[in-house]
Amino acid sequence: MESLYEALANLDGFIYPNEIALNWDLLIVMYPYITGLVAGAFILASLNRVFDIKALKPTYEISLLTALAFMLVATMPLITHLGQPLRFYEMLITPHLTSAMAIFGFVYLWYLMVVLLLEIWFDYRYDMVIWSQQKKGFMKFFYKALTLWISDTSPESRKTDEKFGYFITVIGIPSAFLLHGYVGFIFGSIKANPWWSTVMMPVIFLFSAMVSGIALVMFIYMAINYLRRKKTDIFCLDTIAKYLFYILILDFTLESLDQIHRIYEADESFDILKILVRGKLFFTFFIMQIGIGTLIPITTLGVLQFKKPRERTRKILYLIISIFVLVGIFFMRWNVVIGGQLFSKSFYGFTSYKVNLIGGTDVSLSLLWFIVPFFILAFLIWLLPPWKKFVEKTN
Amino acid sequence: MPLQVKRLLLAFAVFIAIMLVLKYFLTPDSWREYGAYRGKALTEISGKEAKYVEMETCAECHDTIAGLKTQGLHVSVQCEICHGPGYKHADDPDNNDLEIPRERQFCLRCHTKNMASPQDIIKQIDAVEHNEGEECITCHNPHQPWL
Ligand code: HEC
Ligand code: HEC
Ligand code: HEC
Ligand code: HEC
Repeated sequence: MESLYEALANLDGFIYPNEIALNWDLLIVMYPYITGLVAGAFILASLNRVFDIKALKPTYEISLLTALAFMLVATMPLITHLGQPLRFYEMLITPHLTSAMAIFGFVYLWYLMVVLLLEIWFDYRYDMVIWSQQKKGFMKFFYKALTLWISDTSPESRKTDEKFGYFITVIGIPSAFLLHGYVGFIFGSIKANPWWSTVMMPVIFLFSAMVSGIALVMFIYMAINYLRRKKTDIFCLDTIAKYLFYILILDFTLESLDQIHRIYEADESFDILKILVRGKLFFTFFIMQIGIGTLIPITTLGVLQFKKPRERTRKILYLIISIFVLVGIFFMRWNVVIGGQLFSKSFYGFTSYKVNLIGGTDVSLSLLWFIVPFFILAFLIWLLPPWKKFVEKTN
Repeated sequence: MPLQVKRLLLAFAVFIAIMLVLKYFLTPDSWREYGAYRGKALTEISGKEAKYVEMETCAECHDTIAGLKTQGLHVSVQCEICHGPGYKHADDPDNNDLEIPRERQFCLRCHTKNMASPQDIIKQIDAVEHNEGEECITCHNPHQPWL
């Protein structure tokens, strides 16, 4: 009763009783955010392989491993948000096709098992065989197990790896589109909510995913080189930045198109959305998402396409931009997930959301699920160091 | 078929087999009894302790107040909207006191000026100007605000 009174004091106007407290909190913001990072990082890797962009080569394995590290925790925000630690696994062993949300299990499994793991496996198989021959004791066994006890290093076997790896990359691109398009669909298909319900949602989610994934790989690539005290390949960074620039423009255009459509259509929900965006979402929408996350990066990257300052300056700029973009996309997810729940479906009132207001675990758990992937990534990079891979001389 | 593919198919077969075993042993008994959920969840939910009762239950003991209220303008406002959930109180009134919201802020939750809510359904007053500083219940009987 006490907390209800407290929540009631934060209402404006008329609101239905089931809209007073937000059901989807910060953890549900993390879910599309993390999934988007996976899809984006993977698409960068695929671009690299399918279109054979040589400049991106140093980031190929890093993007794949990043995608895997984040993929492994992608479900965790959902599972912890359920708040059923004793029987959450029931969700995993009772697949069914009767709800859009239950489809995530299939999408996730397909993407993790058939696309990501297989692509990494084919890419590293030969190297793992070599490593298993060099190492001793447990690590020898471990690498052997990872190769599934195949020790074939013949050129034919490498050709097969190459062929299947390529094939999976080609399947992987639509799969990555599907993965994040699906997350957009979950929101876009809710016809009762005018802030979410648009057919553009899957497409917008997809492009923002690519933006965030590319920014993440850019950031991680610089961080890894810094930690290893190696020189960052500036040509590679320039190329990533170029793609980031293009896709940011596409993403921004698509989102603007969606908003313009909304503004021109001006249906009965428009008034409340206008108040929402100018009021409760002003900071997160105009300042964080559009300002910090989109306009500043676009202009900086745009200028960098024509005028190239010194290498050091460029690196610092790239670092700042990658962080800005990551923050911006986080707030894009925030504006979608939280924004969509702040106004009443009567279009006559608002509720409000303060992180940590209810329960008090949302912030710490969200942080946890954002930090854990970096540790997983560190482990993966230690296990499968991209720079120790065998490189063919003729290539 | 290349060796890699054979091994991978084997690995996948093992994975699927493990999942099937887990599925067999861990699926809850009442899953799919009615639909894609545990049938037992229904009894669990219906077995939850009730929190609210009907207004008629309050009237069994507080008949004067209930009578007063049915004649006043607050007739449509349930007792428990103001006094909170009363299931336990109705069961054992001596050990479970209900809330009594006497402060101005409480009444204003419904009666404050608000452009968004329809004026003709609930009368609205200006919270600052309307007899500032006095509790609403010194003048209005909450159970029968107006005769
Ligand atoms: C079984 C008879 C019974 C029922 C049913 C009942 N009450 Fe009471 N109620 C009492 C008695 C007896 C007292 C006085 C107890 C006390 O002073 O501690 C009381 C006291 C109260 C008080 C004043 C508490 C206080 O702290 O002074 C309120 C308010 C109240 N009841 C509301 C309700 C509401 C609302 C309902 C319906 C949900 C209800 N009662 C149902 C018997 C009942
Ligand atoms: C609009 C809100 C409201 C509703 C609806 C309401 N009450 Fe009250 N009730 C109050 C307030 C405020 C007081 C305190 C009155 C006072 O102190 O003078 C009160 C006091 C009481 C008391 C204690 C009386 C006393 O003299 O100590 C009882 C018993 C009670 N209510 C029962 C009920 C019952 C039974 C109903 C439903 C039939 C009901 N109330 C509906 C607001 C409400
Ligand atoms: C749950 C919402 C709610 C709460 C809380 C509430 N009221 Fe009311 N009130 C109503 C409704 C509904 C009516 C009947 C419709 C109307 O005529 O305004 C009403 C009517 C009234 C009226 C008569 C207005 C008229 O038509 O002339 C007065 C006076 C009043 N309430 C005072 C109070 C006081 C004092 C309190 C605090 C103890 C209070 N109300 C708490 C909903 C509420
Ligand atoms: C000093 C006594 C007094 C106090 C205190 C008081 N009122 Fe009134 N209230 C009146 C009188 C007298 C009227 C009728 C004349 C009028 O409309 O101003 C009235 C009218 C109302 C009306 C009907 C308005 C309309 O448009 O018909 C509502 C609703 C109301 N009061 C609610 C409240 C609420 C809520 C509080 C507490 C915040 C409160 N009153 C405090 C004396 C009081």
